[in-house]
Amino acid sequence: MTALQSPPASVVVRGAPVRAQRPTARGLGRPRRSRLRYALIVLAFLLPSAVPLTLFTLVPMGAAFWVSLHEWNLIGPMKWVGLDNYVSLAGDPDTRRAFGNTVYYIVGYLPLVYIGGLAIALALNSRMPARAFLRGIYFLPVVTSWIVVALVWRWLLNPEYGVVNYALGLVGIDGPGWWTDPAWAMPSIILASAWKDLGFVMVILLAGLQAIPRDLYEAATVDGAGWWRRLFSITLPMLSPSTFFVIVISLINGFQVFDQVYAMTGGGPAGSSQVVVQQVYDLTFRYGRAGEASALSWMLFVVVLAITIVQLRGQKKWVNYA
Amino acid sequence: MFRSTHLTAAAAAAAVIALALAGCSSGDSGNASDGPVTITYSNFISNGGNEENLETIVSAFEAENPDVTVEVTTLPYADYFTTLQTDLAAGTQADVFDIEYANFGTYVKDGVIAPLEGVDTSVYRESLAEAYASDGTQYALPSSFSDVVLFYNSDLFDKAGLDYPTSDWTWADEKAAAAKLTDQAAGVWGDYQPITFYEYYKAVAQAGGDFLSADGTATAFDSPEGIAAAEWLVGKSGTVMPTTEQGAGTPDYDSGLFLEGKLAMWHSGIWMFGAMADAPFTWDIAVEPGDTEKASALFSNAVAVSATSAQKEAAQDFAEFLTSSKTMVETRLDAGWELPPVADDSLLTSYLDKGAPANRQAVFDSLEAVALPPIAATGQTEMQDIVTEELSEAAAGRKTVEEAVSSAAQRVDAVIG
Repeated sequence: MTALQSPPASVVVRGAPVRAQRPTARGLGRPRRSRLRYALIVLAFLLPSAVPLTLFTLVPMGAAFWVSLHEWNLIGPMKWVGLDNYVSLAGDPDTRRAFGNTVYYIVGYLPLVYIGGLAIALALNSRMPARAFLRGIYFLPVVTSWIVVALVWRWLLNPEYGVVNYALGLVGIDGPGWWTDPAWAMPSIILASAWKDLGFVMVILLAGLQAIPRDLYEAATVDGAGWWRRLFSITLPMLSPSTFFVIVISLINGFQVFDQVYAMTGGGPAGSSQVVVQQVYDLTFRYGRAGEASALSWMLFVVVLAITIVQLRGQKKWVNYA
Repeated sequence: MFRSTHLTAAAAAAAVIALALAGCSSGDSGNASDGPVTITYSNFISNGGNEENLETIVSAFEAENPDVTVEVTTLPYADYFTTLQTDLAAGTQADVFDIEYANFGTYVKDGVIAPLEGVDTSVYRESLAEAYASDGTQYALPSSFSDVVLFYNSDLFDKAGLDYPTSDWTWADEKAAAAKLTDQAAGVWGDYQPITFYEYYKAVAQAGGDFLSADGTATAFDSPEGIAAAEWLVGKSGTVMPTTEQGAGTPDYDSGLFLEGKLAMWHSGIWMFGAMADAPFTWDIAVEPGDTEKASALFSNAVAVSATSAQKEAAQDFAEFLTSSKTMVETRLDAGWELPPVADDSLLTSYLDKGAPANRQAVFDSLEAVALPPIAATGQTEMQDIVTEELSEAAAGRKTVEEAVSSAAQRVDAVIG
């Protein structure tokens, strides 16, 4: 579940990607049999990840595409409708609302979690007492179940009896209705999500910070650079591979936001926090419209894929692997 | 969140789907083997206080059928139908499972429940048995029926010097009493009625209106009666009844409030009798007040046998025992756990003097004028969700009642048409 994934190969590989030499039949001069053997060995090493990937991702994705071409209530017979599901979803205001809310979530969540994570990483990168303990504390929410976190935040943000509104009341602020108010439902989810994921971003950035050679800072200090100057001229450029990784992962996960929405608001009130995956869930399991749900999943997949490709292309401009 | 970079969206829906595509007909033909047999039963009816009562019935069945073991799974109502839907898609449903009247038609049409042959339907209340038959074939057996009544805390009425509710009460009487009984400073509320589809269709009937057109393909509630019904429910929120911010709508909030003695009147089902038995104050019930007409909600639950069950014979035996045995009748009456769906009314007489509430006659009086849940031609759950959502918007003051009713009607029409 909450496993930290190693960054994609293109992120960790240092230097410009070297175009692999194309092994042609003559070029490498290997006999055909030995090349076959080589391929089989490679395949054997890939099996542990290739088999689950095929069984639990590629096959279901293919099946979902097949279902998306049908009208199906999950239990009855399937009825072929071609691309009708895609056409009707494209014109459906609910689809636009779900994508709009998802983008709203990402726009609110990403800066909050990145800047917050960076601030904590910077603070915990300097020498201080109980540093490991503090790092552990900040990481704790990451390994906590979303259901637990969501319920706790629902209580904290309870409009009537919650601690947050109580505290706001002490300083004379009349707290909002949080998850009972359509205008505040999404901010509530963003707040809880940023809190939970702060530790993850912190760990990635901390690792990046520790890889920056100290002599760069020493040289800059000798040249008279202040703290802010060092942050913008050394830390952030040197941290860009970690930043890139955090942004790619957060965006992909942001588009798939579901657990916290399901547990905190269920998409409400009045659909004000309805996101794409919650919509997929409702369509499939509440309304028995698996065809449209599968089509919506595929639309989401295409959007995420497109954005990720743009990011991978765009990284050359700002990510520094020196 | 950070658990997977794959598209969980596609994967989640598709995992289920793949299982279904892979062909889920694991069941053999329905001949019961000679050796010991284990059947599974998935239910929501016993959730929330009647688990032991169900166990009593199951044990009695196992004692009569030593070869058969019944494995019971109990789920809360809120999760039950999502789980059943998923199980049906994956082919992992229990041999016997609870169903609701609202879904019955779909299950028959999609062939997921087995026709029940050789059932003696004369032991069941006729209207209930008929509800679960289709074209002369019985597809499910009614397991209970129940209605919704007005619970009231007699002590709070005494303290306010008010007369207790009677079956002659109208909305106006309830409203006047609720206003007098509410004491927000002391945390005491006069009334509680959930602002949901289930209360709304009944209120529409009480106001003399129709919820759906006769064929179930269009709404009829965007009418003066429908608006009056919405105003009746929505008007309570924040005045005589707690708001969503104050906790309304949270599971078990209303029953907790009543048990604490902080709620004077409460619209709830007779399945709550058992849970209220130990209330530290005097309470009773009355037929729900109406407006121009009387209309009480009547619900019935039923059990069906899975079409792919490998043990259809044993499963049907259990389904019959669960719905018509003497043990079931006694257990349900003793516990005040909804009403047994039996044809013979004389079996029910003992129900009248089984303790609190004293006025159990109101349970039967309510049956004289009932409002059945409207069944849409398609999109039942969406219809229910939309109505509840729009009414909640009105209750929160973000829409006027007229706007909410008209918007609900338009949205529901688009779904069920």
